[in-house]
Amino acid sequence: MADSSALIDMQNISKVYQMGETKVLALNGVSLSIEAGEYVAIVGTSGSGKSTLMNIIGLLDSPTEGVFQIRGHRANGLTGRQLADLRNREIGFVFQQFNLLARAAAWRQVELPLFYANVARGTARERALEALAQVGLAERADHKPEELSGGQQQRVAIARALVNRPSLLLADEPTGALDTRTGEEVMALFEKLHEEGLTLVIITHDQEIAERAHRVITMRDGVIVSDSDAATATASGFRNGLSGTAPAPLPRPVAIEQDKEKMYEAV
Amino acid sequence: MKLFRYFPVAVDSIAANKMRASLTMLGIIIGVAAVLTILGVGRGASANILDEVASQGTTRLTISPSTESEGEGAGAPVQTLTMGDVRALSDAAFHPDVVEVVPQYGGSIQLVAGSNNKQTRVTGTTADYAEVHRLEMAEGRFLTEDEIAQMSNVIVIGTVVATDLFERTQVVGESVRIDGEPFTVVGVLEESGNAGFGSNDDSGFIPIGAAHGRIFNVPRYRGEYIVTSVSANAVSEERVEAAELQIEQTLRLRHGLGADDDNDFTISTQASLLDTIGTVTSTLTLLLSSIAAISLVVGGIGIMNIMLVSVTERTKEIGLRKALGAHTSDVLLQFLIESLVLTLLGGLIGIAISYGLALLVQRIPNFPIDLLIGVDALILAVGVSAGCGLIFGLYPAMRATRLDPIEALRYE
Repeated sequence: MADSSALIDMQNISKVYQMGETKVLALNGVSLSIEAGEYVAIVGTSGSGKSTLMNIIGLLDSPTEGVFQIRGHRANGLTGRQLADLRNREIGFVFQQFNLLARAAAWRQVELPLFYANVARGTARERALEALAQVGLAERADHKPEELSGGQQQRVAIARALVNRPSLLLADEPTGALDTRTGEEVMALFEKLHEEGLTLVIITHDQEIAERAHRVITMRDGVIVSDSDAATATASGFRNGLSGTAPAPLPRPVAIEQDKEKMYEAV
Repeated sequence: MKLFRYFPVAVDSIAANKMRASLTMLGIIIGVAAVLTILGVGRGASANILDEVASQGTTRLTISPSTESEGEGAGAPVQTLTMGDVRALSDAAFHPDVVEVVPQYGGSIQLVAGSNNKQTRVTGTTADYAEVHRLEMAEGRFLTEDEIAQMSNVIVIGTVVATDLFERTQVVGESVRIDGEPFTVVGVLEESGNAGFGSNDDSGFIPIGAAHGRIFNVPRYRGEYIVTSVSANAVSEERVEAAELQIEQTLRLRHGLGADDDNDFTISTQASLLDTIGTVTSTLTLLLSSIAAISLVVGGIGIMNIMLVSVTERTKEIGLRKALGAHTSDVLLQFLIESLVLTLLGGLIGIAISYGLALLVQRIPNFPIDLLIGVDALILAVGVSAGCGLIFGLYPAMRATRLDPIEALRYE
């Protein structure tokens, strides 16, 4: 099964969305591998395909073409149930808007992934409290989201992402809803967790955030246009996607707009 | 078991929206309370009537002439039940299971005492009437065999008649005039208390001979005075049917009915009366509870409506749960159990309300009927409200499972 030692291994991944009669090519033959323990930022403007890439890495979406493996598990062709279990085990999500449940105490939020992992109640609570301690919120375990600051809410969300000991923490614009100072605190927490061995993938359009990562992958129009991965960056400049030269900016996003008028007719 | 872990989740999310939850439950509360109360009233009423009937003896048979006029002699119906029949039925040799055959001839007539008068139902009968109909005396005694034989001018009256004529009930020895003839009051009946079924408070009893010969202008059939009905007792509850058969045989023979002729009389037993009452009350109860059940359906639709709103509102939560590893079945169960908890809670409150009403009714003195809520009705109420939750919660829950986690997470 495991024919790659990489944590994430993507081979020639494409994703096509059907929007009415129009096909949108969100990812166009992306190959990428991420080793355990890496600290990666994926950057790109909106429409660059970085969200689609994140959804595929996060097992929320399946590629139209190509092979995707996480820790040696091939994710192609899995049922929704198997994907959910894999997601629950392997991925910790951190969202821009925190996505906490309204009115539930912090430890109940953190416990949630363990509920779906069928962890016994007592153990789940214990582990939730541990995770909260890890993000420095041990004494806020009983607080509800409305009693916490934005930065604290995001730290609860990070504890929730950590609680089931995932192999990868996937953060989507984690500082997007925070002011600079709290954003900095959250980034510091991420980096502390990374130093403790966590694999970290941050999706952002914020250049400053991206530059803190040890590896920056830039997306545009559904392909990887640059990958700062030292090993390959020096050799070819670009690990994947267009080879050699920097890509010429395309006039439009890669949407195969076969017949735009037809689309309007359909609406 | 994991299933039970959804309940705290459901309770949490219901508690988060208390006002909405209670308004949503109202439909189920009203529905369950209405159905239970109506079932309770129905059961209480029928228990009441059954008690009443049972208190009058379960061995009694009542023979009445058929009122329908059929056949060649079209015109005035010929009344064929006579004193001759009564004498024949009293023959124990042919009717071993029949005892105490009591003829009755009654009509409405004016009683006068001093300057008071009272229109009431006066029945001519025999001494055994008191036994067959379980009459209790408040004053004096019932008619005696001697008085019957001598067609004495004596009368036994109910309390309503006594108070209307004399403004008191201790009236033994007083005189009452019927159609100009003086009758001596020999007894006053015990007040039966309820003005309904089988009450004799507003009636009078005189010897059958006096009624036939002097008071009423009673027609004869084949030379015998006719009667309005005949009561009899069977020797025991088990022999009621046998007694009925013996009576039927004699009467068919005496009335000269051929094999193809219908009976020109009907025999009703307490058992058949109980049957009839049971059918009537259960039909009424069923009818009323089905009307009440409509409010359960309306309540269920309310639940469905709110659950749909809730699913839409919580799109993001659903997306999050799926991202965190929730299976489709997890989401389905979460919402299904939430609506189940809503309706069960509503059902329990409805049960509490109807029980409260039942207790209240018991406290009201002389309230004619009790509210009887049986265990079966309770199980029904809980079952129906749970069923409502599952049926009306299913569609919203399925809507929740169909959400795409990526779309759902992006939902604002």
